[in-house]
Amino acid sequence: MIRLEDVTRRYGDTTAVDSLSLEVAEGEVCVLIGPSGCGKTTTLRMINRLIEPTSGHIFVDDRDILSMPAEELRRGLGYVIQSIGLFPHLDVAANICVVPRLLGWEKSRMAKRVDELLALVGLDPEAYRDKYPRQLSGGEAQRVGVARALAADPPVLLMDEPFGAVDPLNRERLQSEFARIQRELKKTVIFVTHDIDEAIRLADKIAIMRDGKLQQFDTPEQVLNHPANKFVHDFVGADRALKRLVRVRVADVMRSPATVLADSDALTVRVGAGRRRFAYVVEPDGRLVGWVDTNEVDRGLRPVEAMTRMDPVEASVRPDDSLRDALSRMLGLGFRAIAVTDKHDVLLGEVTFAAVEEAMTEGDEHISNQPAEDAE
Amino acid sequence: MSRRRIGVAAVVVAAIAFALLVSAQGLWQSWLSALFPKQPIVLMPRDTLAAFVLQHLVLVAVSSALTIAVGVPLGIFVTRRSGAEFRALVVAATDLGQTFPPVAVLALAMPLLGFGFWPTVMALFIYGMFPVVSGTIAGIESVPRAVLDAAEGMGMSPMQVLARVELPLAARVILSGVRTSVAINIGTATVGAAIGTGGLGVPIIGGLAVQNMAYVLEGAIPAALLAVLADAALAQVEVAVTVPEAAAGA
Repeated sequence: MIRLEDVTRRYGDTTAVDSLSLEVAEGEVCVLIGPSGCGKTTTLRMINRLIEPTSGHIFVDDRDILSMPAEELRRGLGYVIQSIGLFPHLDVAANICVVPRLLGWEKSRMAKRVDELLALVGLDPEAYRDKYPRQLSGGEAQRVGVARALAADPPVLLMDEPFGAVDPLNRERLQSEFARIQRELKKTVIFVTHDIDEAIRLADKIAIMRDGKLQQFDTPEQVLNHPANKFVHDFVGADRALKRLVRVRVADVMRSPATVLADSDALTVRVGAGRRRFAYVVEPDGRLVGWVDTNEVDRGLRPVEAMTRMDPVEASVRPDDSLRDALSRMLGLGFRAIAVTDKHDVLLGEVTFAAVEEAMTEGDEHISNQPAEDAE
Repeated sequence: MSRRRIGVAAVVVAAIAFALLVSAQGLWQSWLSALFPKQPIVLMPRDTLAAFVLQHLVLVAVSSALTIAVGVPLGIFVTRRSGAEFRALVVAATDLGQTFPPVAVLALAMPLLGFGFWPTVMALFIYGMFPVVSGTIAGIESVPRAVLDAAEGMGMSPMQVLARVELPLAARVILSGVRTSVAINIGTATVGAAIGTGGLGVPIIGGLAVQNMAYVLEGAIPAALLAVLADAALAQVEVAVTVPEAAAGA
């Protein structure tokens, strides 16, 4: 979908991007990352010709981008930058419609599209379409920025540190929403960031750059497990094992839990719990209400009497959460396992500490031979 | 919205009141006679006050229109990539235009353009240029880099970026430059009387020459009122073009 061949950009004596070759397949999220000045933003801006390469070729959909008018190229590439890029003199609806208007859409089609997109990025169309950028919080402005980039349904999105100006809490929320939208829309995305956690979380492929040169271009798993050199190793950080957990979704490792009904008797509790000592207590509709120690039940207490109530929001994770979320929740609560529930608090499964440990050590045997490891 | 309407209505009422006031020749006659009882003639006999005001307005309108018609495009030009190298030159030249006294411009223009209307228009045109050009440059340069980046990155042509993003966002600053320029012109236009251009400068300069303070007031009071009125009217235009976010954020 997007192919860079031997692309170089020089500014006088400095080489911002040095014979970079990259290929991003359709529907993939490629994250360009590296310390500031590594050439990642220059690379992104060469793709929509805000910067012209000194040499080399860039192809979008197998067409050399220099062969088409810059404006036409850009209208087909959604572009998201930090929130200040919204037009302050236009309301949210007009901001979203900038490209549709350039393309000459009908009014009714634009109005419909605005509502569709606002709903997609999680903003109520009624409440937001007439607001001005100044009236939005950083997170809201960023959502509008994403909606604006998606307006004309471009196959490609170019995102330049899109969540950089947002506070950490909102950033994580925006990241998971972006991941959700991307699962739905399957755009080809080039995403620039300096935040390695963000990269590992969102990328299908990570391109790590330094001084204009590509250091490693691979899946996050490969980058974590097989850093190509000492620079990548150090850049990824010493907590690689924890970072790996970000890539694993709870749904992928959860097992079926031992459950008992809240109003059952002691015998059925034993059966329901199987050989496990602890069991989750659920209502007949499957909603999680607490947990019970079967030893207590053996002493003649009914589950409702013996159980420890729990707040499902506090004490459980969702299938889409990462294993790192699960681990931090377990550590916070002091449990060896954590329940997995859906948004109606219905118990779906559980993730054990052992499963987290297994995911964390996966791939470790490969890196033990890496020379970079000696540096630690 | 309604506040804006009230503002416009107030300016319209003030303009009508001003027109009635300067047409009331008898009223001025009796006021100035009361103020200067020893003066046998208190109103400049050459023309009615209304005629002086009208001449003054035409002078200011023509020179300001020329200033805007040249100054705004000039300011835009030097903020383009192609005009960037002329920027320092244009700023220096317009700055010099304001430093140079209008009377001197009149003196220099007379051999070329003769007596009367056009040398004065030329002097005012040059004198009022600086605020318009520097306002235009400042307004356009106040547009955040990221906004321009987004506009360009989304596929707007340079003309579209200018018309849809830069000018709307710069409009308020450009207009405040225009406001300053017009206010300066209304005051400065009085010097034109020295070379026979007419306008409110005629009673002022004539009054100073013959030591008749009544004449001076006949010219000075309407000129001052006119400057205030023009400023208020342009302030309303400024409000009308101000982008809603700035109004909400203020």
